[in-house]
Amino acid sequence: MTALPDIWTYLAKGPLLWLTMTLLAYVIGDAIFKRFNRAPYANPVMIATILVSALLLITGTPYHTYFEGAQFVHFMLGPATVSLAVPLYANRVHIRRALIPMLAALVAGSLTAVLVAIAVGMMMGLDHTTLVSLAPKSTTAPVAIGISEKVGGLPTLTAVLVLITGILGAIVVTPTFNALGLTDWRARGFATGVAAHGVGTARALQINETAGAFAGIGMGLNALLTAVIVPYIVTWLL
Amino acid sequence: MILNIVIILGFQLAGETLVRGLGLSLPGPVLGLAGLFVTFLLFPAVARMVSSTAQGLLAHLSMLFVPAGVGVVQHLSIMESEGLGLLLAVLASTTLALIVGAFTFVGVARLTEGPKEAKQ
Repeated sequence: MTALPDIWTYLAKGPLLWLTMTLLAYVIGDAIFKRFNRAPYANPVMIATILVSALLLITGTPYHTYFEGAQFVHFMLGPATVSLAVPLYANRVHIRRALIPMLAALVAGSLTAVLVAIAVGMMMGLDHTTLVSLAPKSTTAPVAIGISEKVGGLPTLTAVLVLITGILGAIVVTPTFNALGLTDWRARGFATGVAAHGVGTARALQINETAGAFAGIGMGLNALLTAVIVPYIVTWLL
Repeated sequence: MILNIVIILGFQLAGETLVRGLGLSLPGPVLGLAGLFVTFLLFPAVARMVSSTAQGLLAHLSMLFVPAGVGVVQHLSIMESEGLGLLLAVLASTTLALIVGAFTFVGVARLTEGPKEAKQ
């Protein structure tokens, strides 16, 4: 019989162990999320990320070893981005009807998200690479990671910041809009999709169906706009 | 099913090829997204075909962020030294973007949809 540490040494090198752990951590995160009635602070991605990170730190496993297994999950981000064409197409009638308000809100919301993040980051004395990684954080993760790679940021840091953006956005959105007396569900949803991507969209869907549909459109359109503007903004400002 | 995957991967491949070939500063899959959307508008049958596969993929979208998110283990020192600044930057920019975006939508909608709503 082989001793347990030897089996671990064998498994820890191959992709099977870490692929399984990634899926298992997400299953646990999702179960906790449902247990907490889908509260935004019990975000399943955040829980899964913390679980896997803790496991890597405890076992002293380097990230690149982990990524050998996790790359199969990571790879799916590309096809998932392409697949966003489906919800966008399904909402084409909404898009046509409210096209002008949406385009105006898209440009205003997207620019605010990028410029305020960079401004506050500069004031807080953040490092250049950190600022570059921060710039695309309001757009959906696969796109933000792609942009970060392109403009010289740290893709994994961007991924974490995207996640934090979505979770914070989902937490502040309802209290903020209620306090401001904003009642147009289209506007509320659309702005949420632009500022807080998929996590915000999921939140909007829980609150109001119209808000959810418009959030999905906002997320999709901002994926395109952020990909176009961030490289220019980074070149000009940073 | 396999054909749908070929279509989705094909648009990603075309996007990556165009981005590299033309030196665009856009992620390849985003260009693939735009290409697929235009294809749907031109050939609605393609949309009906691909949609179930795409929705299956999007249903588990949030799980796909985990491997990149775990990358935080490489940046623990950044989180320690710059975590507060990053948190403030994210919180301020996200809250302001929500407010600016929503009020822009409402303001412009009032200008462009005002007469239509009065008719209804």
